[in-house]
Amino acid sequence: MQQLVAILIDGTIYFSWLFIVSLGLTLIYGVMKILNIAHGSFYALGAYAAASAVGAWFAAGLPAAGSYLLLAVCGLAIGAAIGFAVERGLLRRMYGRDEVVMILVTYAVFLILEDVIKLVWGVNPYLAYQPYTALGRIAIGGIGFAVYDLILLALALAMGFAAWFTLNRTRYGRLLLVVIHDREISSAMGINVARMFTVTFTIGAMLGALGGAVAAPGISVVPGIGVDIIVLAFAVSVIGGLGSVAGAAIGALIVGLTRAAAIHLVPEVELFVIYAVMAIVLAFRPEGLFGRPAARKI
Amino acid sequence: MAKLGTHALLLAAAVVLVPLGLVLPTWLVFLVTIGLAKGLVVIGLVVMMRAGLVSFGQGLYYGLGAYSAGLAANFLGLNDAVLLLVIGAAVGIVVALGLGVLLVRYRQIFFAMLSLAVSMILYGALVRSTALGSTDGFNLPPPTFLGLAPDVETGRRILFVLALLLALGTASLLHRFTRSPTGVLGEAIVMNEIRVEYLGASVSRVLLITYVIGAITAALGGVLVALATSHIDPDLAFWTTSGEFVFVAILSGTGHVAASLVGMVLFETVRSFAFQYSPYTWQMVVGTAMLLVIVFLPYGLWSLVSRGEGRSARP
Repeated sequence: MQQLVAILIDGTIYFSWLFIVSLGLTLIYGVMKILNIAHGSFYALGAYAAASAVGAWFAAGLPAAGSYLLLAVCGLAIGAAIGFAVERGLLRRMYGRDEVVMILVTYAVFLILEDVIKLVWGVNPYLAYQPYTALGRIAIGGIGFAVYDLILLALALAMGFAAWFTLNRTRYGRLLLVVIHDREISSAMGINVARMFTVTFTIGAMLGALGGAVAAPGISVVPGIGVDIIVLAFAVSVIGGLGSVAGAAIGALIVGLTRAAAIHLVPEVELFVIYAVMAIVLAFRPEGLFGRPAARKI
Repeated sequence: MAKLGTHALLLAAAVVLVPLGLVLPTWLVFLVTIGLAKGLVVIGLVVMMRAGLVSFGQGLYYGLGAYSAGLAANFLGLNDAVLLLVIGAAVGIVVALGLGVLLVRYRQIFFAMLSLAVSMILYGALVRSTALGSTDGFNLPPPTFLGLAPDVETGRRILFVLALLLALGTASLLHRFTRSPTGVLGEAIVMNEIRVEYLGASVSRVLLITYVIGAITAALGGVLVALATSHIDPDLAFWTTSGEFVFVAILSGTGHVAASLVGMVLFETVRSFAFQYSPYTWQMVVGTAMLLVIVFLPYGLWSLVSRGEGRSARP
């Protein structure tokens, strides 16, 4: 029983940052049909930027309260900058190429950014635990929670709601749904598809970097976190169905709980079990749980 | 390039390159051996891609080949290079027949993702298996060649010749395959699957055969790499390894099977020199090279050779 509760809690914590990161990945795929491997680097960049900024903040002896704002601002700012630069500078020239080629383009960006990160921040771990510990822990029903994790969960849910609300209840979101449905017709109808792409990719990158920034206080920021997260975020988006917000939520919950259960019960099978779940889901629903099947070409 | 040219070209390459393998410095022989071994994987992948099967999980068979060779060498005491190649290929065939039946039901990105998932299952299992050295992997004893037990340097040169003959032989066979009814049907499936069924051919049979071919070449490549480096680790099955194969397949172009060998040797050379001269930024060099090729040579390196041949060079 105790273990079951522990699994549920850990799973929920994984869910919160996996969801924020995967939301960006799935948004970019849904609108642009680009499986963005560089998303892992966006996450890593956010984590590094946040960790070093928070480190400097506390070294200067400033109050802890401001560091939370700093985390978010760092993540969003670096995500916006890099997302805008990659879309405008590179991807824009490649639209219309095969999906597989686009995967390779983002893979190349990923390789380049991995080394850029090492050049800028070195290979030593960055720790930014202060925002995490400053909030302390509370006990609910005899089980201890870190308050920071609870805030993270609230943030993830807020992000999910914001994404749903924007897509379904605002003018811009509706236009985006039109672009998702048919790129060519919507551009004929006068929608500025190129600008939609820039905005979408930038927002997606911001979500990835924000995920890294808010995760930074809970982890040790080392080279290789980008690869780790893309492997998980990829499984999340594919299980839920690439391009679906609800799918990303369910996928993040499934992956989060599976991973937590694996770590608590049989730590040997951690990554194995996530991909086994992904293979099983794909075997029965190739489009993912929330994806729509494509029409068959006759 | 004339039709008659391909097999003659491959034969000429063998005649020229085998003696070179005996005189070139060892490091270069090693480099080219690795390039050829991985090129073997890419040849199979190119054949799969012609039939529309873009696998992001060839690392599965590459890793399986390497690990079955390593396990056979370390636990069964089987040490002969040729025998290990046969074992690797056999393991590849068995697994591919089992998985292939499931996987060839999927197309395009779904096939890509499912094959990636399966290879990551192997990776996840290998990383956590402490008996097999976990992330560190384990070492292999130097192989014998049909009973011969040469010293280390001669062994490397023999392995080079073996890899070369295997790669060129496979290229020649698969070149013939792409012109066989099954191979041509593969291309027809990409254009219109349902019509192929109406013509009376079995789509799933063609795809399964193609899938198994890809698995055999990947497993053979894995065995060769294991023998050449005398070391195996789970990274052989990681998605970045599979991604590299897809990249080289696209870089070389799917127009000709032999292009993959040249492409892979080039790629390995770029990576080795990048690693040698800028150990901290080699990924950046490789990534930049990838972007340059994708931007400036959209139909692959082979398009430099076969300009004017038109559509056949297109991916």
